Amino acid sequence: MIQTRDSIQDIWGPRLGYEGQWSVRVDERLEVEPDHWVQSACVLCSNGCGVDIGVKEGRIVGVRGRAVDSVNHGRLGPKGLNGWVANNSPDRLTKPLIRRNGQLEEATWDEAMNLIVQKSKELIEKHTSSSIGFYTSGQLFLEEYYALGIVGKAGLGTPHMDGNTRLCTATAAAALKESFGSDGQPGSYSDLDTTEAILHVGHNIASQQTVLWMRVLDRLAGPNPPKLVVIDPRATYTAEKATVHLAPRVGTNVPVMNGLLHLIIEAGHINQEYIDAHTIGFEELKQVVAKWTPERVEQLTGVPAAKLREAAHILGTCNTLVSTALQGVYQSMQATAAAVQVNNLHLLRGLIGHDGSGIYQMNGQPTAQNTRECGADGDLPGFRNWSNEKHIQELADLWNVHPDQIPHWAPPTHAMQIWRYCEQGSIKMLWISATNPLVSMPDLDRARKILAKDDLFVVVQDAFPTETTALADVVLPAAIWGEKTGCFTNVGRTVHISHKAVDPPGKARSDFDIFVDYSRRMDFRDKDGKPLLTSTWQTTEDGFNAWRECTRGRPCDYTGLSYAKLTGGSGIQWPCNEQYPDGKKHLYENGVFSTDVDYCEDYGHDLETGTPRSQDDYKLLDPKGKAFLKGIDYEPPHEKPDAQYPLWLTTGRVVFHFHTRTKTGRSRELQEAAPDAYVQLSTEDAAHYGIVEGDMIEVKSRRGKVQEPARVGDIEPGLIFVPFHYGYWDQDDRPRAVNELTLTEWDPISKQPHFKYAAVRIRKVNA
Amino acid sequence: MHLPYYLGLLENSEKQLTEAFEYVANHHHDEPDIEQMCQKLSAWSREHHGKVQGFVEKYSEEKSNEPSKLKRDLFAEPRSSSLALLRDLHDLWLLVQEVQLCWVVIQQAALGLRDEELKACYAFCSARTKRQAEWLLSRIKQAAPQTLLVAE
Repeated sequence: MIQTRDSIQDIWGPRLGYEGQWSVRVDERLEVEPDHWVQSACVLCSNGCGVDIGVKEGRIVGVRGRAVDSVNHGRLGPKGLNGWVANNSPDRLTKPLIRRNGQLEEATWDEAMNLIVQKSKELIEKHTSSSIGFYTSGQLFLEEYYALGIVGKAGLGTPHMDGNTRLCTATAAAALKESFGSDGQPGSYSDLDTTEAILHVGHNIASQQTVLWMRVLDRLAGPNPPKLVVIDPRATYTAEKATVHLAPRVGTNVPVMNGLLHLIIEAGHINQEYIDAHTIGFEELKQVVAKWTPERVEQLTGVPAAKLREAAHILGTCNTLVSTALQGVYQSMQATAAAVQVNNLHLLRGLIGHDGSGIYQMNGQPTAQNTRECGADGDLPGFRNWSNEKHIQELADLWNVHPDQIPHWAPPTHAMQIWRYCEQGSIKMLWISATNPLVSMPDLDRARKILAKDDLFVVVQDAFPTETTALADVVLPAAIWGEKTGCFTNVGRTVHISHKAVDPPGKARSDFDIFVDYSRRMDFRDKDGKPLLTSTWQTTEDGFNAWRECTRGRPCDYTGLSYAKLTGGSGIQWPCNEQYPDGKKHLYENGVFSTDVDYCEDYGHDLETGTPRSQDDYKLLDPKGKAFLKGIDYEPPHEKPDAQYPLWLTTGRVVFHFHTRTKTGRSRELQEAAPDAYVQLSTEDAAHYGIVEGDMIEVKSRRGKVQEPARVGDIEPGLIFVPFHYGYWDQDDRPRAVNELTLTEWDPISKQPHFKYAAVRIRKVNA
Repeated sequence: MHLPYYLGLLENSEKQLTEAFEYVANHHHDEPDIEQMCQKLSAWSREHHGKVQGFVEKYSEEKSNEPSKLKRDLFAEPRSSSLALLRDLHDLWLLVQEVQLCWVVIQQAALGLRDEELKACYAFCSARTKRQAEWLLSRIKQAAPQTLLVAE
């Protein structure tokens, strides 16, 4: 293996301190010298690093970072450098499979697709298309999501479409809509190059976005390092580098954020002029947070008052600030309400819309942004508002269908509700693409029972056999990254093209081709009797061009982008149009937000109950481009430790693995670097239970149990941590997927499940 | 003076609503959002009930038993299936309307009495009662199409 650095041993590589402009460093890892390179971007976290795929004799032989790319300047992390090996894995799915007499047997594409079509038509006839649901991914390409969005919304007309992004980034979108009227990250990664301060809330960036963390580390090593505030209950790699590390008890993000906002308002560190000109709701917010004195915050969250003051001083006095939030916020109590407090911080200080100041409501998955943009999840394409009739009409015109064909009579069905309808039997066909819910869903025992139901017809489209394909009625083998062309957009609104480098193995087909083929076989037609999709969608570029039209005039305007423009150089940020031909670094530069009643993606919610606000109520507010400041009080988690289950459980990811390990678990280096889950517990708790490093521990909640080896230290007493990537496909001798333990419950606004807390008990199994 | 009669009616209504939300929470615990939200909204009504009691004592001991009958009629028998959820939410919404209307009536009296405390109590409780109704309506709208068209 030829490699420029060993990213397993040295995750982030050597430091190159800088100020103003991040330098270039090209990371590379190859089996052999390739014949040629093909432009792409990495899909193994939401950072979206520019990457070239090395190809020799029709096979992927390695990768190198793209020096010209604005996102990574050539750098790659351990997942990017090692994950591509999975493409060549011998256990790829290469032929469709159909369950016959209880067994999955090989079949032709015609047999598999005809079966799906026959089933679909029967169900529509008997039960309407609301008996069919789609559960997709954060890992398809933009063109594929858009095809799926049209097939589901204009073709079938089912309201039941969502993605596993519901488990991971639904709150990011919800919080952005709640504060600014629309999804879309306000800032730019380049803000890190100049910012004076950084706030990471519930975001272990060092492990999850390794290349973005390199950028932070290089700033920290430079001449004018930013101050770093980290809010995380664990002592992570990220927390180690913090100027101030606040370690609150799980489920207490809102009181901590309220405490910080209170101190900043009290000290007069707010930008009153900005607040008056560009926001609504300041007095109410002030009233809510005023109750959260540092002493009260300390009592409830365990964060010392002095430390809270220290953090508030940094956040209140910096001239520029970059904030990020991720699963520690999104998968915990009061998720959207807590994420909104991060937005509030920037609004109160006027630190938004200019160089050095940005908010990243992060994504866990690489193309999660596209699910949200393209309408393959609960949202409507182009950030359109499901309760705005004009927006529905725009889509109806675009697709040439009657507006009532597009389901918009109620909020789109969220993933957890889709699964509940499956459980109750009113959804009778569930089509799962590019995701493995039997490791990622909460309360796995319940999820397994649902997929195993006789009256649920399950289609699973994936590249590898997984825990989920094992329970499918039809398995469709999918082509993946490197084997198909398409675009995707990272958290920083940067759009990359990924060109096809090699052919997919066996009979595998791209997700794009599968959805278009389904549309053709279902004979979906528009108002004029013309086939939907299939008459004009021959290639993914046709899909991209159709998507451009869908975005015209919307916040995520792609009209200035094309395959040609995206090929050859760096990724480009949206909006990209006539006005901004090279893309736009910052949204909301002029303090005008996407909240106008005719433009906004959402009318907002009651933060406590999650009730959507009606259009009429929104008209009364008439924000006219002002952002919303919204406050909320603390609500305790729904399950808390007690005598029977005395410990808190929290979950998260490890640096070497990504999303149920379907790909990363098939890279030898990544697999060997972190082959198993573990239970992390404090030295105090270890002593109390007589546990030493490596002991096998049984962890039990009200829903299930797992056994994991113990890892002692770097965590608060009373709390244990288990990583949530691990399942059973490579090791089925013991229960080890932590989601056997987690709760079926979710945030009232974003509908994102709570993975970050549960009450558990532990015992030593053997020494 | 019939204010005590209406305060009694309101007190009873809030009590019935507290119990009804609790009942629906317990009855539909397979629907996690229903269970949790109904528990929360039950707590709201319990708090309102406590606030009203002060005014009942202030103005009279006289009470009305009307709403208890109302609850018995609404939640007639234990229901299962997804239609049951819709019907239970429907009945909750009707109970909330009963409470809301009581508050409107009481507020008129509070204005006439120039009772600042009662006015403040109305402002606080009535706003939350409205939010209870709005949540119920949004959840009913979500459940209705699937229940009426697809569920068996």
